[in-house]
Amino acid sequence: MSGVQSRVSPSPWVTSRATLVASWLRTRAVLREWTLPPTLKFSGLGRFGEVLGAQCLAPRETLIVMSHLKQQKVKMLEVQFVGDDDVLNHILDKEEGAKFRKDRAQVLVNVKKLMKKQENDQDEDDQDDLKDENYVDILGADSQEYLKNGCVASGGNKVYSFQTRKKPEKMAELAYEIAKTSGKSVPLICKNTEKMASTPQSSKKQSTSEKDQLKSDEKNEFLSTPYRLRKRLTAVSTFPSDTESEYSDSNSEDDKGIKQEEEKISEVLMDQKRLTKHSSLSSSSCKKVSAKKMKKDTTTDLVEEYFEAHSSSKVLTSDRTLQKLKRTKLDQQTLHNLLSKFSPPFSAELKQLNEQYERLFHKWMLQLHLGFNIVLYGLGSKKELLEKFRASMLQDSVHVVINGFFPGITVKSILNSITEEILEHMGTFRSVLDQLDWIINRFKDDSSLELFLLIHNLDSQMLRGDKSQQILGQLSSLPKIYLIASIDHINAPLMWDHSKQSLYNWLWYETTTYRPYTEETSYENSLLVQQCGTLALSSLIHVFRSLTPNARGIFRLLIKYQLENEENPSYIGLSFQDFYQQCREAFLVNSDLTLRAQLTEFRDHKLLRTKKGTDGVEYLLIPIDTGTLSDFLEKEDKEA
Amino acid sequence: FERSMSFHIKKNYRKFQGLISFLIFSADYFNEGESLSEDSKLRFDTCQLLWQQMKSEAEELQEELNKNLFDKLIEFLEKSHLEFRKKSTNWNYQIKSREIPTAALVLGVNVTDHDLTFKGLTAMLRDTITPYVVSLQAKECPDVKHLLQKLASQVMGCHIDMESTEEEEEECVQLSQKKMHYSMAFLSTWYRNVTQKKGSESVNKKITSSSQWKKSPPIVIILKDIESFSTKVLQDFIIISSQYLHQLPIVLVLGIATSPIIIHRLLPHAVSFLCIELLQSLSCKEHLAKLLDKLLLTTRFPFKLNEKALQVLINIFLYHDFSVQNFIKGLQLAILEHFYSQPLSILCCDLPEVKRRIHSLSEDQCESIRRLPSFMRYVEKQTPEKQVASLTNERFLKELHIYHENFFIVLKCLHAFTSSLPKYPLGRQIRELYCACLEKNIWESQEYEPALQLLRMLAKDELMAILHKCVEVFRSSPGKQLGSTAEKLKEFLAQFQSLEESNEEENGSGSQQKGLQKTDLYHLQKSLLEMKELRSSNKKQTKFEVQRDKVVDMIDNLVRKYLFPPDTQTLYEVVYFTGAHTLREHLNAAPRIALHTALNNPYHYLKNQALKSEDDSIPNVAPDICIAYKLHLECSRLINVVDWSEAFATVVTAAEETDPNSTASEEIKEIIHARFIRAVSELELLGFIKPTKQKTDHVARLTWGGC
Repeated sequence: MSGVQSRVSPSPWVTSRATLVASWLRTRAVLREWTLPPTLKFSGLGRFGEVLGAQCLAPRETLIVMSHLKQQKVKMLEVQFVGDDDVLNHILDKEEGAKFRKDRAQVLVNVKKLMKKQENDQDEDDQDDLKDENYVDILGADSQEYLKNGCVASGGNKVYSFQTRKKPEKMAELAYEIAKTSGKSVPLICKNTEKMASTPQSSKKQSTSEKDQLKSDEKNEFLSTPYRLRKRLTAVSTFPSDTESEYSDSNSEDDKGIKQEEEKISEVLMDQKRLTKHSSLSSSSCKKVSAKKMKKDTTTDLVEEYFEAHSSSKVLTSDRTLQKLKRTKLDQQTLHNLLSKFSPPFSAELKQLNEQYERLFHKWMLQLHLGFNIVLYGLGSKKELLEKFRASMLQDSVHVVINGFFPGITVKSILNSITEEILEHMGTFRSVLDQLDWIINRFKDDSSLELFLLIHNLDSQMLRGDKSQQILGQLSSLPKIYLIASIDHINAPLMWDHSKQSLYNWLWYETTTYRPYTEETSYENSLLVQQCGTLALSSLIHVFRSLTPNARGIFRLLIKYQLENEENPSYIGLSFQDFYQQCREAFLVNSDLTLRAQLTEFRDHKLLRTKKGTDGVEYLLIPIDTGTLSDFLEKEDKEA
Repeated sequence: FERSMSFHIKKNYRKFQGLISFLIFSADYFNEGESLSEDSKLRFDTCQLLWQQMKSEAEELQEELNKNLFDKLIEFLEKSHLEFRKKSTNWNYQIKSREIPTAALVLGVNVTDHDLTFKGLTAMLRDTITPYVVSLQAKECPDVKHLLQKLASQVMGCHIDMESTEEEEEECVQLSQKKMHYSMAFLSTWYRNVTQKKGSESVNKKITSSSQWKKSPPIVIILKDIESFSTKVLQDFIIISSQYLHQLPIVLVLGIATSPIIIHRLLPHAVSFLCIELLQSLSCKEHLAKLLDKLLLTTRFPFKLNEKALQVLINIFLYHDFSVQNFIKGLQLAILEHFYSQPLSILCCDLPEVKRRIHSLSEDQCESIRRLPSFMRYVEKQTPEKQVASLTNERFLKELHIYHENFFIVLKCLHAFTSSLPKYPLGRQIRELYCACLEKNIWESQEYEPALQLLRMLAKDELMAILHKCVEVFRSSPGKQLGSTAEKLKEFLAQFQSLEESNEEENGSGSQQKGLQKTDLYHLQKSLLEMKELRSSNKKQTKFEVQRDKVVDMIDNLVRKYLFPPDTQTLYEVVYFTGAHTLREHLNAAPRIALHTALNNPYHYLKNQALKSEDDSIPNVAPDICIAYKLHLECSRLINVVDWSEAFATVVTAAEETDPNSTASEEIKEIIHARFIRAVSELELLGFIKPTKQKTDHVARLTWGGC
């Protein structure tokens, strides 16, 4: 019967009723084949099946018991509660009656078929489940191979585990640790760090000593925690008040002492909890619990860690700001200048890496020609690499380079460049889809057309939308359009579902270059880079020049108004009605519809923001700082 | 080889013309950019030819598999709108005619394969039933207006395609100008005009199969991905078109990826307007099994995958997409990689061709053959005199071919035996068994013995069914190597049959003997006990059991004789692709892991001793972004930029080895700050952090425990 047991409890995830039935049916099948004496096969099963059928829906635990019972019953069937004659006839029937048997057999065959069917279903599931393990095995086996050429085995665990709550001074600590790896004393950067380093020292000391003790004897630690906790709390509350204000949670910056103490307590308690959990875990593992159980434990552990990490919405960080540090924001130009003075290390190794990738160029060309498209991933800017590819391979072929990281890029502009510059079509299209259809037809009709598309940062803000990806995918699925693209964002692969992936027909290539993302980040509204930069101005000028004279006038009006109100702190913008009035007076528009049309144009270029005021009126605002605006006006006036 | 090639060229003549011009282009890239040697060109041609053959084989298979489904669909189409054609006016029809005949095709989750199916379907319908086939996708139809527009333009478009006379084209231009006014009413008047015109014209079109369609061909509307349509659009469309059923014979075909219930969920109200017939396509798993059988488990194509590579492809199939198309793509990549990276793959072609090519092998190529591990192993086993003579490779390749022939036959037989065993010790699908056999000697595996044990307990009817299957396998295979075994199998079958007859006789006589008289309980028990003893002592084998053991022994012998893994064969490297990791790398990449590794362990990429470090820490000379990343890992959801920048500066100044006491010049500080800014904005680009307004000068973490 042992065989039966192992079958009935195959896996923890067999829960649904249907699968239960199926597994039970399998039990029956096994019983029939292995445990019953051959002569009893048919009669036994008839009853057996009935009884069991009624029990099909019982919980799994009882099933096992039941099957034991059943077996006994089966064994006794011959002699129990039946009269002599019946029994004899019964036996005789079976022994001699070929026809009788056949009848029964027929019935059985039906049942059998049914059972087999369900069995199959179930087994398929089971097998797939089993296969999961295989898969993991294979992954594991592969990882060695992987290590040789491109990945780290320990990666997964680290990547996907949850973060436990960290103390604010942790980062500084780590910085010291890393800095010390060179084996010499570490200088303190400035006064502030010194202070910062010294404030947490008391608590740090405690925590380290705590850790030591923990390591030495865990049980003692648990017994003594209340006392230590109290001690620690007093230590916390005796912090000088000014250092205390350095730490506050994000929501309520003003209330200090009490709340913080509470936090600390809860933190300590949590630590303790975690410890107990770990100890219980380790003890249980000592008892050689089966691997599966261990797995379960670790998953629940993970879940709890998640909720611990997210239990309170407050995060403890220091309150220091850049202003206190007297470090002003740099603008793009100075940043660039400063960085040019610094030469990145490991140039030899970087070069080696690059050469390694450059050797792949021919292969890429081949694979592009055979209908695959190529996507590059990995840390570091891949722009240079792609540039090199273009320079060495695509000199004689038609190609379009698309800088996906450019904030103004759209799919429309990509398609436009294809239709206008490559296919030299001057007409316009009603929609992007029409345009796409037109391109597809052109490429289908004319088999001599070939086009290489190079897209830097296919995953940029502007291109990552579902529609854009769909269109690009359709474009790349054309046999004569060859796409080679790069992605950087960690979640970039999420852009593509199965159908898009099959459109793209990617071959993935890892190209970790460690090159700085100079150009890619220069367009980004980086937090530490001052936004007044030359870029905003130049793009403003660029857009402005492309406008009609009337539109320029309208925009100029708005700029002037905004500059006039520079000093007004409560300025929220120019209301639409006022603006319309002004424009009318300057003979720039003749109806508010035309004005609105112009405004949409500005809005599309991100030159304008509209906001509903408290009174429900629309206010117009140029989201560019006043310095840039006045620079701009000056320049324009000079030109004019 | 040549025969198959010429056959192929005839079949795909046009395809090949295009291909040849294209080959000339891309062959240039085949050999690492070096001057195009004759060898690499030949290799590339072989590769392309092989791939084309495999591809067309796969396509044929697809067609064949779809045929069943299509036939059913056509049958359904014939049935529908019978009344419409008869122009019957009875009351019953009036009621019924509110229901649109609908075929729901359940195609399974492998969405990527659907396109091919629909393509085939459209082509077939156009050829046999009606010119008016419209296929719509959800993304083209955000609302009813677009849907109708698409529908009308496609219906009229195909009509114009059919008879592209001058006059019609003019009409077409006119039509496209009024594109905005498409409606069902418009469509129905158009349809009436066209069909009437046609009726009078007396049809001369190619649609000949079903005469009753000539007058009023139905309009078949295929909704490729029903799940992604919005409820409102579908509902409106169905209600509208049901109103026009009297004038337009509309048939809907819905492509379903999930389950038929979705129709009811999507269309809670409009479902009553549909008269649904459910059609199920072949499951993708079976499709894959058939594909493997056609492409890999055959000697037709010399190319083979080794165990790991096959496993990778199958895993991608099973755990990622269930897409047969992607599997084929993986196969294509494998072929390409094999021919690209293995110079000896030039011999990976059919036997007669091999013979020719071997004679023209160059010195270098011979040398590289001599260096193959399998060849060296072979040579070591031989005596020195023989070593000299053993340079004719032809023999080995022929042997390899024969080996494969036998291998696949025996594999299929073994599969026939083991696929129905309880618990499937050797796997249920043939692919599992194949992988196991490729990996090592199957008879040394743990599962083999139990499987044989189980085989020894098979019932007769089961055993005979299996034997029939095996005979079938032998019959279908072209090879003559195992002729004697086939004979033997047939013999066994015959014996079993005769056994059956004799058995029944025996039974008859035995039972008469045992007729018992009526007795009391005691005697009954006694006699039963006796019978039991009799039976247990009678345990010696019956004739059937003896035969059964013989069969099992035979299959065991066959397995041991033929099913050894391919890497024991000399020159197996020529036809087996072994780069499993290349496949995984390029088809199933893990960009996140790569990024994490690059940030966490730069030594992995930059082999500089200074970067080497044990456990998790990184040295302070690591690239800026690594240091910034490492520091940010220490924070919870929010990161104070000031703290971060100071920590960063601490690390970097330590690395720069400037004298700690001399106050670092302001410029160096500035540069370090600039480097920090760059590292942070790079991390932002990579999606690890984002600016936040929750607190001044803070950024929010986005990954792994952040937010």
